Parts: sequence; structure tokens; C-alpha cells
Amino acid sequence: MNEASHRSLDAGRAGTGGWQDELYDLLRRHGVTQFAYVPDAGHQILIDRSLADPDVRSIPLTTEEEGVALIAGADLGGARAVLLMQSSGVGNCINMLSLIKGARFPFLTLVSMRGDFGEGNPWQFPMGQATQPVLEAMGLICLHIEQPDEVVATTVAALTMAFKAGQAVAVLLGQKLIGAKPF
Amino acid sequence: MSASTTPHVAKAIAPDLVLERSEAVPVLIGRHEDFLLIAGLGGTACDVGAVTGDAAHVYSLGGAMGAACMMGLGLALARPDRRVLVVTGDGELLMNLGALATIAVMNPPNLAILCIDNGHYGETGWQKSHTSLGVDLEKIAAGAGIAYTRTVARADDIPDGARLLRDHNGSAFVLLRVKPTEPPAFKRNFDASFLRDRFRAALTTP
Repeated sequence: MNEASHRSLDAGRAGTGGWQDELYDLLRRHGVTQFAYVPDAGHQILIDRSLADPDVRSIPLTTEEEGVALIAGADLGGARAVLLMQSSGVGNCINMLSLIKGARFPFLTLVSMRGDFGEGNPWQFPMGQATQPVLEAMGLICLHIEQPDEVVATTVAALTMAFKAGQAVAVLLGQKLIGAKPF
Repeated sequence: MSASTTPHVAKAIAPDLVLERSEAVPVLIGRHEDFLLIAGLGGTACDVGAVTGDAAHVYSLGGAMGAACMMGLGLALARPDRRVLVVTGDGELLMNLGALATIAVMNPPNLAILCIDNGHYGETGWQKSHTSLGVDLEKIAAGAGIAYTRTVARADDIPDGARLLRDHNGSAFVLLRVKPTEPPAFKRNFDASFLRDRFRAALTTP
């Protein structure tokens, strides 16, 4: 596994933490052992912590739909996985989500939003504004987090819905929470 | 379009293809109980079904084209104590070539991929796939960084390919080049949810 090069990103964590660290700890306490990701600034702390954690597998993807299939495979083997992606990546997952809905795989994704509150890059709006309708059309339940003090309760809710009730859940991390890029 | 005549035309333009999938696949897989299997959609699910029957240690896709290799990766990472074999086709693999790069990076030692390459989209009218037009999937797998790769195109390549699927210290990829003929007849179970529950139950019940 080629993790050494990724670990250099760990320096990016310095001085941050807060709700992102709480979120990672929650996922680990609920037995998530596979973290699949497409690199994204909004998920940087989660990605770096998973890369530094010897008890989990951190899987860099070339495109987000790979993560959908990976989660299904992990479930077949009795493991819990999460997909970390940006809202633009949701569009890359649509047909692959047939697998989740058709077989009723438990599914959890954390989506960092772009093209939403305060976005300054016009290219981000088409997919950002389509994110929730597209996910809902494929059978996912969307939960929103807009404030740091909502992170724990909403994430616990999502973990319960996915891994106890077997639902497909997307937690949308809004730009009020993660900050908008003004460009 | 008649599926019985079109493969004949395809065969005429690919004289180097000599292996029959229905003969080569069972020998390459060997004792199927040694593996947890993911079978890609279309003909490959029938290739696997003809070897295993309707078995709990097989998850067969009927859609979600491109999923097979990454499902195999998730399963292999979740169950490092078991050997995982993905059986997919050239059409499905071409749809998600990035999965080869991701698998090479993770490189689980218990994951092998068998790609049955007939150079055609057999289910949709035998249109040529890119592998009939010069694309070499073994070279792509090797270029992605998968260390153990082989092409099996002749009968005397089969023993080495079979060994590679079982005996490797990192992820393995075997490209089986076959004549564009029909996969074996096998009546598949298309209930994706039933297959999931049965697969998981069989894995957790000793």
C-alpha cells in the first residue's frame, strides 16, 4: 500500500481539528474501517486521520463511483465503509447507486457541498444545486449539517440509519459549515 | 440481429483467438470453493454460474456495470483471511479502468481479477469492444501497477494463469482472450438483495 506519500499531507491538520476530529472519532467508534475518498479540501482532516490510523484502510479513488461499489463489497465481507466526496462527485455515482438501492446495501456518504451558500465559482452551481435531488432520486436520504454543534447528533443519526436500519444516507456538509470558496 | 450468426462473423476477423470460454474458465478457476467470487454482469455471470451453480459464495451482478472490480476490492480488504476472485468482461472493465489503478495502489494480496475478453459486447448485438480495436487490457493493468499479470490466449497458457489466480503476493490480473462465442447457458438469480443476504449469512456462519 502506497500510504507514505499521502501521509505527508498530515501536516495540513495542524491547528485545525474541532468538529472534523469529532466526526472522525464518531465514525471509528461506530465501526467504520474503510474510508474511500476522492481528495477534497472539505474532507482533508478525515482523509489525513484515516491515512494515519493503522486500524483502518484508506482508499484513494480515481472517481467517486468506485467508492459506491467498494462500499457494497465491504458490506458483503461484514465491514463498514464510508465514501468521502465533494458534491460534484455525486454526479459520477448515479448509475452505480443502482447497486445500493437494488440490493439494499447499507450506505453512508459524507458530501462536502460546493455550488451552494456563498459559492464564488459559477462552475460549481449546476452539480451543487442538483446534488440533493439526484441523491434522492436514487433512493438516498439526505441529512444536512450547517453548524458545528449539529455535527455529532446528525452523524450519529446517519450512522444509526445506515448501519442499524440498513438505509442509504448522505450527510451534506454545507458551505456554512465548511466555508465557501470566494474565488 | 441473430446472435448465432454474428459471432461467426466476428470469429472470422479474429483468427488468433482459439480458446472457448466454456472450456477455459472452469480450468482457470479450479476449485471454486477456495474463493469468494464477484461476477460481473452479462456473460461473465453465466461463466461463473456454470462453474459454481447457484452458490452462496458468489455475488453476481445484473447491472451497475463497472462495479465488479471495486466490489472485489472492498470485499478483499474486509476479509483478508479469504481469497477473492473477480470475474469480469472486457466491456465492463473498459467502463471503469480507474479501478485497476485503485486496486494497484491498495494491492491486497488476496485479490485476483480474471477478465474474460471476447473483444465484443455480446449481449447488445456483438459490437466490437475496444479490445478488438487494439486496446490491451493486460498492458493497462500492468501500467496501472498491478505486479502479477498474464495473458492467457492458448491452451498451454492456462496452467500458468490458473496458478497466478491463486498464488500471488499482491493483486493479480489474468486476461483470458477467447473466441467471440456465447457464454454457457445458466439461469441466474437476479434478486440482488437476496444474493447479498445469502452471501453475508454464509460468511458469518462457520
